[in-house]
Amino acid sequence: MTDTLMQKISVTAAPAAAAGGSSLIEVRNLDLFYGASRALKDISVTLGEKVVTAFIGPSGCGKSTLLRCFNRMNDLIDGVRIEGAVKIGGHDIYGGDVDVIELRKRVGMVFQKSNPFPKSIYENVAYGLRLHGVKSKSDLDAAVEKSLRQSALWDEVKDRLHSSALGLYGGQQQRLCIARAIAIRPEIILMDEPASALDPIATSRIEELILELKKEFTIVIVTHNMQQAARISDYTAFFYIGELIEFDTTTKIFTNPAHRQTEDYVTGRFG
Amino acid sequence: MHTPIEKELDELKQKLLTMASHTETSVKEAVAALVNRDDALVLKVKVNDDVLDRFEVEVDELAVYLLAKAPLATDLRSVLVAMKISQNLERIGDEANKIAKRARDLNREAPLKTSLDFAKMAETAGQMLKGALDAFVNRNSAAARAVIERDAEVNALNKQARLEMEQLMMASPENVRRALNVMIAVKCLERIGDHATNIAEEVVYLCEANDIRHGGK
Repeated sequence: MTDTLMQKISVTAAPAAAAGGSSLIEVRNLDLFYGASRALKDISVTLGEKVVTAFIGPSGCGKSTLLRCFNRMNDLIDGVRIEGAVKIGGHDIYGGDVDVIELRKRVGMVFQKSNPFPKSIYENVAYGLRLHGVKSKSDLDAAVEKSLRQSALWDEVKDRLHSSALGLYGGQQQRLCIARAIAIRPEIILMDEPASALDPIATSRIEELILELKKEFTIVIVTHNMQQAARISDYTAFFYIGELIEFDTTTKIFTNPAHRQTEDYVTGRFG
Repeated sequence: MHTPIEKELDELKQKLLTMASHTETSVKEAVAALVNRDDALVLKVKVNDDVLDRFEVEVDELAVYLLAKAPLATDLRSVLVAMKISQNLERIGDEANKIAKRARDLNREAPLKTSLDFAKMAETAGQMLKGALDAFVNRNSAAARAVIERDAEVNALNKQARLEMEQLMMASPENVRRALNVMIAVKCLERIGDHATNIAEEVVYLCEANDIRHGGK
């Protein structure tokens, strides 16, 4: 076993214990290959429940790839092969008996570019609920309102719920996508650079929202914005060329990282 | 090749080191004003005190400019520590100025007969200050910790001096004014030792990200 791997294992176990809460996502010795290319290398990490964990690292380091492992989004890519284990709530999500649709209900996702359906605001939020069999109008109304309130969008759209979602501006569209993701009450919300295309005010709204949502949901966010990671996350994982270099409390990572590579990256001296 | 923030952090460090140089000069001149009964140095210390005040503001301005860039890790600690060190240097300048003023008053009267070795105490406080600043320049945590250990020496000398001044005041009312001036000057040296300790603690934080103030390890 290499020294790097020894260090990696020693740092991956401690923070989850330090979180005080129970662990929800457990990744063990995960490798991911795109054809012959090994995009994730022996990743082991445990993420706590109802905390915000940020994944940081240079482009191509594997952070988004790992994020997409948590709801098996990589299954949609040809030639992807995964070894190792990803457990959510103790269950191996790559086990043979796993219903991927059900998994994605438990693990919602918000993307870099807001992607509302070309439908009304109401229908965007109700879409997932209808897909999962909710038919009662009163139930749908209540769930849509709750989700829009939780995504801090209700006051802005309550008088035009049946207008096209495409009429919302960028930050509102992204909050609508978050409302859509939480409408089906997932346990985990994955966010892949959710604010990178937004202005500072809209970004601030999304960040406030994330801090509010973590009371109920477990959030894993990929971000290139170090200050954003510092502002909103409880834990931070730094990746480099497919390896998890360091995982610790966000305070530790951004004030006194243990690894030189992490220090160089967060201080902008990388490469 | 240095990143822009590295250059600016270096500029911050250089400014701090220039300020530190002025501070050390102030302390030496204030002590010399008292030990050598040299009134000419009193004004120099006063002028230097004004210079140190300006340096403190300039260091803060540069630090705030750097904080707006949201530095992280070592960079963040460097900026925070620079602000705290400059504040301590400015206060050392204040203490030096107070010593110089006491020297000015004492120089107008006959020397007080005392066994107190003011120069020795000043040397210890000066060594602490130099040690803390050297530890900052060299980013040497162990050297900074060694400075902190010496604070007790200066405290003990201060206590000893106070007892002796009390005895002199009780012995004769004529001694009171001079003994009080000496007592204040000695207390200033003790405070310089405290500020040197503060600087050393900041150096430990800079090097180790470990806050050892107020009994922390």
